[in-house]
Amino acid sequence: MLKDYLLPESTTKVVSLLDNCNGQARIIAGGTDLLLDLPDGKVATECLIDISRIAELKEISLEDGIIKIGAAVTHNQVAKSDLIREKAPALASAAGSVGSYQIRNSGTVVGNVVNAQPAADTAVALVALGASADIVSSGGNITVPVEKMYAGVGKSIVDSTAQLVTCVKFPAALANEGSAFVRLEQRKALALPMLNVAVMVSLKEGKFEWVRICMAPVGPGPVRATAGEDILRGAKVSPELINEAAQAAVKQANPRSSALRGSKEYRTGVLPALVAKALESAVAGAMEINK
Amino acid sequence: MDNKILKFSLNGELKEVIVSPSDMLVDVLRDKLNLTGTKKGCGKGECGACTVIMNGEAVNSCLVPAMKAMDAEVETIEGIGSPERLHPLQETFMDLGAIQCGFCTPGMIMSSKALLDKNPNPGKKEVREAISGNICRCTGYVKIEEAVLAASGKYKTKR
Ligand code: FES
Ligand code: FES
Repeated sequence: MLKDYLLPESTTKVVSLLDNCNGQARIIAGGTDLLLDLPDGKVATECLIDISRIAELKEISLEDGIIKIGAAVTHNQVAKSDLIREKAPALASAAGSVGSYQIRNSGTVVGNVVNAQPAADTAVALVALGASADIVSSGGNITVPVEKMYAGVGKSIVDSTAQLVTCVKFPAALANEGSAFVRLEQRKALALPMLNVAVMVSLKEGKFEWVRICMAPVGPGPVRATAGEDILRGAKVSPELINEAAQAAVKQANPRSSALRGSKEYRTGVLPALVAKALESAVAGAMEINK
Repeated sequence: MDNKILKFSLNGELKEVIVSPSDMLVDVLRDKLNLTGTKKGCGKGECGACTVIMNGEAVNSCLVPAMKAMDAEVETIEGIGSPERLHPLQETFMDLGAIQCGFCTPGMIMSSKALLDKNPNPGKKEVREAISGNICRCTGYVKIEEAVLAASGKYKTKR
């Protein structure tokens, strides 16, 4: 039963509150997922600690080439940020496709990651961007790659009754790098992704220097298509090679048949087209001149 | 349950109301402040009938804990016009037949107002994005879109 709702003004205060409450309190940011889980009994807590008015967590910043997105930053803030659109277009478009406009005004990107749904759009983009999260608690501060934050379906390694994720961070794209996000859905708003794919590429002299391909929901969390990445690394950019890598990506995907997301056969069939499309637009982004 | 005193600005007026930590803003507005213009359809963030503007942004008040409104500025359908002086959106929704049963209308208008307040001259794309979280079971959206675009014309002259 919920007995208290607190609105601390600093992260230090959050950590001490979590500590004092000894597992009986839980972090709330936008709340767009948590507030559905509480009445359903999926989550129980005596106290909610709202982090949405902590100034330091409300910012998107760029420092020494690293972009940081604070834990209270909403999806719409990210989707509309010029910095993110320019330096991490995959994330801008992922954030812009979550839920509905109103949900994106409340829900946060960090919350999307911590909620750990298999196809969390921004988590898929963040993995492709090579992002990691700063996590603080009374036991000490750690940094964990977003890719390693899933502990199972809908389970995060973050314990929101003891830990606070302060931000996610990743390197801003250099001039020779590009990223893209594509999503297959039944309709254009308030629809879960049937498939979503994010990629980031680095080009050098007409060749792929490195590539990260991330796809979902084809496993418990975002899945890296490492075989496809290996095919591209060091090779000359060509449509044939992109198709070959897209075909290889499917072998690492394990989509299940679902009434909401489509059959295994259908999704396996379209996945390579989505991977190829994402690669093509990331390459186009990396080749754009005056970035 | 420990009750709390929620202080916030509602349609430009300072309000103090006793809430429980688990109250949602939509219920406080409707049941404690008797502002029933804001509708509650799904209670799960899926229909947009409960949309209000909080600190300038359209949000689903069924997914906003009342305590989140502490010190905030909240606008509801009751605050945007009066029978004598309707808001341009209220006028165009009526004039262009963008209302049938009317259940979705307060939410549609608040989402649209949040858009027009920021961008008085939106295109179709922006209007569609702004009302993407509002479901209408009657009109088919075409007239709603027209009404919002028509209101944007009046916005410039009126405000
Ligand atoms: S009642 Fe809030 S979105 Fe449906
Ligand atoms: S007018 Fe009836 S739901 Fe929109």
